[in-house]
Amino acid sequence: MVNNQHAAPAPVGGSLVNAATLTCGVLIALMVAILAVRFLFGLGAVTALNDGYPWGIWIVVDVVIGTAFACGGFSVAMLVYIFNRGEYHPLVRPALLASLFGYTLAGAGVIFDLGRWWNVWNMYWPGSINPNSVMFEVAMCISLYIVVMWIEFSPVVLEQLGKDDARRKVGKAMFFIIALGTVLPMMHQSSLGTLLVVMGYQIHPLWQTPLQPALYLLTAITMGYAVVLFESCVASSAYRRKIEMHMLTPMAKVMLGFLAVYLLIRIGDLLVRGALSQAFVPSVEALTFWLEMACFIAPLILIGAESNRRNPAKLFLAGILLMLGGALLRLNGFLIGYETGDGFSYFPTLAEVLVTAGMFAIEVLGYIIITRRFPVLPREEATH
Amino acid sequence: MSTRRDFLKGALASGAAVTACVAAVPAAARETRPRPPEALGLLYDATLCVGCKACVAACKEANNNPPEFSTVDHLWDTPLDTSGYTFNIIKMYRNGTMEVKDQEKNGYAFMKTSCMHCGDPSCVSACPVSAMTKDPVTGVVGYNPDKCIGCRYCVAACPFGIPKYQYDSPTGRIGKCELCRHRTKDGHYSACAEVCPTGATLYGKTSDLLAEAKRRIALKPGTRTTYPRGKVGGPDQSYEAPVGNYLQHVYGEKEYGGTQVLKLSGVNFAKVGMPDLPPDAAAALSETIQHTLYANLIMPFAVLGAMTWVAKRNVKPDDESSDKEGS
Repeated sequence: MVNNQHAAPAPVGGSLVNAATLTCGVLIALMVAILAVRFLFGLGAVTALNDGYPWGIWIVVDVVIGTAFACGGFSVAMLVYIFNRGEYHPLVRPALLASLFGYTLAGAGVIFDLGRWWNVWNMYWPGSINPNSVMFEVAMCISLYIVVMWIEFSPVVLEQLGKDDARRKVGKAMFFIIALGTVLPMMHQSSLGTLLVVMGYQIHPLWQTPLQPALYLLTAITMGYAVVLFESCVASSAYRRKIEMHMLTPMAKVMLGFLAVYLLIRIGDLLVRGALSQAFVPSVEALTFWLEMACFIAPLILIGAESNRRNPAKLFLAGILLMLGGALLRLNGFLIGYETGDGFSYFPTLAEVLVTAGMFAIEVLGYIIITRRFPVLPREEATH
Repeated sequence: MSTRRDFLKGALASGAAVTACVAAVPAAARETRPRPPEALGLLYDATLCVGCKACVAACKEANNNPPEFSTVDHLWDTPLDTSGYTFNIIKMYRNGTMEVKDQEKNGYAFMKTSCMHCGDPSCVSACPVSAMTKDPVTGVVGYNPDKCIGCRYCVAACPFGIPKYQYDSPTGRIGKCELCRHRTKDGHYSACAEVCPTGATLYGKTSDLLAEAKRRIALKPGTRTTYPRGKVGGPDQSYEAPVGNYLQHVYGEKEYGGTQVLKLSGVNFAKVGMPDLPPDAAAALSETIQHTLYANLIMPFAVLGAMTWVAKRNVKPDDESSDKEGS
């Protein structure tokens, strides 16, 4: 293993009060106020949800897209521990932290959307569970994965608290926790796609396929690497640190490999089902389909060549495009390509957008606080 | 390079594990489920419906639902669609001059919208907490608010747009027709069928209703025949009327493997809000995928085993502190 050559993670340090953290604070306060109204007066009081569109951005953006964005931890852990590429080790902690936040908040955020949230214990009660339900599988795996990720991250906290004994104990079981941490996301990220299958004809043919689990899993892995590219670039510029190009360049190649497999399956499936003709019918769905495909295909051209993968700006842009593409695949399947009959429409209210923004603000705030106070990012002789 | 070799090993091990499992899992294909033999349901005959909406009012009363207003004066219960508080509604089809009843062009027609009580319901398959269940004997699709978490997956899944949620309440429930299962112990049956003056909505065993529907569409339009009212096999309330101009299609006989509510119409079903559905239920496909991937959790455990084996080799017990040495 080449781990020993890396700089150890260390707290970034610096002040916790700045423009970014204050903005996050305001957004979080707004979210709390809106949620108070939601819990007192019902979902209709703050959302644009209706019986034609029972799921809005709190489910599709915060959970379906949000947890896919939070696959960085899973994608990098798989690279480092399963494919034994120790050179990427410094990327593990920051990626895991972002995933931890993404998933924990998505899990908590589901409660806002549950119309009868006080019954949620039935999801874990043997007398109530329905193993035929795709949603049951998703809920189980996400719940378990959140716990697994906290254990994976616990050495960081224990290290800072100086509890070395506890840290060693966790370390001994870590290989199993890491294995669990790769299997659980494979299970629920694929099932998030399978959620659409039971909706049958209501999902536009461009997004309704029995291969749903493969498509959602492959894009979640791709998005995981894309998010790491994005985060590394943002963290370097915000904390004025050196950009980790020696790791990002080869990692981008792995990402393109997954992307190529995805595109083969995606296009092959459309051809076999004869659904591709739908992409040439003038419609909103065809337009958003091509947008989605453009986001997936452009990175192949943009960073297909090794020399282009050494360019941080191009890597950053490719990362953003793949995050957008994966987000569009999910938005298209769950909302834009969902049609349940005439007379229904959905566009999120300002209140819904503010709650989603508030959740995002918690993630950013948490990331800032933890990286400044706990050993997550590699140590660097840098000024702040 | 040893890392490259390990990379390939990891890739091979995980790839082989996944492939082996997919091959080893027995075909878990789940066929579309038929209606139970004693299934109960309704037969709605649009050609007999006069649009009086007595069934809408009776349904409200039987389910203790509040009125819903769509007019300015708020005098009458005037729901425009089914909702969390309206489980049954009569909709009207209009075309051109609206001269002839049950005619597609320049005609008009009525259509009842309520739960179809599918043989293989999407809502029951979707519900993560078994709040939506199908009675093994009567086949009635029932709802239990004490288990329901309000996730609204049933609302999204139903091909007929039937389960609906009460968005205006902090404790909103799902609302849908349960075929008046709460009234059977008093000797009653579905309120909509009880009050229907023309027998357009008829209650009974689906097998009997299907036979009655087939008898009707086999008759010559314009000839006279006897139409039962209320409940098939109940007290005789039949009357004689001319045979309508039926499409040769009993809606619900084969759709999604068969529903327990059946419909007859003179106007194309797609035009009166009944979707074209294949004979296989979406629930069967969804559960086939799930049970192929997760049968007895064989595949997840096999993949976990492979991952643990690989991770055990690659994760040094003191992995985290080894980083420190580099600083």
